[in-house]
Amino acid sequence: MLNQLQHLGKVTLGFFERLGRGHIFLVQVLAAIPGLFLRPRLIIAQIFSIGVLSLSIILVSGLFIGMVLGLQGYNTLVNFGATESLGAVVSLSLVRELGPVLTSLLFAGRAGSALTAEIGLMKATEQLSGMEMMAVNPIKRVIAPRFLGGIIAMPILAIIFSAVGILGGYFLVVEVLGVDAGSFWSQMQDKTDLIADVMNGVIKSIVFGIVVTWIAVFEGYDCVPTAEGVSRATTKTVVHASLATLALDFLLTALMFSDI
Amino acid sequence: MNDTFIKIKDVRFSRGGRWIFDGVNIDIPRGKVVAIMGPSGTGKTTLLRMIGGQLKPHSGTIEVDGKNISTASNQELYQLRTKMGMLFQSGALLTDINVFENVAFPLREHTKLPESLLHHLVLMKLQAVGLRGARNLMPSELSGGMARRVALARALVFDPIMIMYDEPFTGQDPISMGVLVHLIRSINDALGLTSIIVSHDIQETTQIADLIYVISNGKVVSHGTPDAMKNSESAWVKQFINGESDGPVPFHYPAPDYVEDLLGEAQC
Repeated sequence: MLNQLQHLGKVTLGFFERLGRGHIFLVQVLAAIPGLFLRPRLIIAQIFSIGVLSLSIILVSGLFIGMVLGLQGYNTLVNFGATESLGAVVSLSLVRELGPVLTSLLFAGRAGSALTAEIGLMKATEQLSGMEMMAVNPIKRVIAPRFLGGIIAMPILAIIFSAVGILGGYFLVVEVLGVDAGSFWSQMQDKTDLIADVMNGVIKSIVFGIVVTWIAVFEGYDCVPTAEGVSRATTKTVVHASLATLALDFLLTALMFSDI
Repeated sequence: MNDTFIKIKDVRFSRGGRWIFDGVNIDIPRGKVVAIMGPSGTGKTTLLRMIGGQLKPHSGTIEVDGKNISTASNQELYQLRTKMGMLFQSGALLTDINVFENVAFPLREHTKLPESLLHHLVLMKLQAVGLRGARNLMPSELSGGMARRVALARALVFDPIMIMYDEPFTGQDPISMGVLVHLIRSINDALGLTSIIVSHDIQETTQIADLIYVISNGKVVSHGTPDAMKNSESAWVKQFINGESDGPVPFHYPAPDYVEDLLGEAQC
């Protein structure tokens, strides 16, 4: 019994210690960001590797999600003779929820895990220590550009995901199932509000971008510098970032779209 | 000018509940090649990290060129590190850029030199380690010895006043070993550096070191010139220099009595 209590205490203390370390780390990274604007190349390189290289998975997923939404919506709405509302169904589902959330989950799996593995391996092969000994702060040179790159890339990817999803939905609903194109687009335009829907979706994706990238870079920087440590850190990134995305999505949805 | 370049005084450092250093005193004279030797796991690399300010001792002081590292601010440490070079055991080259860019990295980070001057400086350092022709290779295309020579060129590119070598000879073939031995000594003398070599390769280290410190069990067990060490009467030093499997550093990891252990197992 005493051993179990001891273990529980150890785990709890460890959790809070790590949480504290994560926050101190975040403050250090944020403090390093202003200096980055003098070296935009570092940010651009990261936007490329985090954002542009994630495009294929975002485009393909967005297209299929949009088509599935269109198909499921059609199967239900056709019973009520309301298929002209499909444009609104597809666009609202995508810009409010599926765009930011699914992009964030894909982002955690593709870019987040890559960030953790890269930083973890740099730590394991003493590249970060080497930088410190060359009087180069690795938080400024390695972590901050990746963090900022992730925050910039994530909302852009979410917007692309939603846009491609809408096109996928259009293709299936209008071109394949024969719903009128005019009602598809006019319903979408009428029911989708720029501020309440689109902007709130973008805000969600920015928040997810911050949290997922923070988790990814911290897990890499804080990992045990061994092969097993890097592998554990990479797994943790995907699990923690995905759970954080879903939990935050509920919180943000409650704040933005309901009166709770 | 003070002749002691690095002064380590009464340093204590623990990790995982074990004292790695328990009152270590080391004086490293300016302009000399000093070797820190000892069995694996005695904290030799930890000592280098403390001199570089990456780890702080629990007590005691480490002074580099008169500056107390243990109490220096982050900014002062970074300033001081521009005068230090360090060669890591793995080379620690940045794997996403080629040899030229690796050597140019500290210059690009700390200076705004024109590209032509930077190009000259990098090629001069690569020429010094014999790898000017390998400038376009990626780190993954280098052998272990070449990677260490590139790392040496990078460590030298900022013209440091001291350089630390972490196990420079480990895992090297005889030719690479010979090249590194020659480079460490000749670079130290040509540039007037102070060099610290952490190693357990006795033959190579005694060839080039002016002074050797042997550490074990958290303390300096002996120090002196290579010749003095070879003739030392200390049981620690004799075991280490002659590579004896048993002695003050026991062959067996601490364990309960062998017979009792076996009988206990049989009774279970």
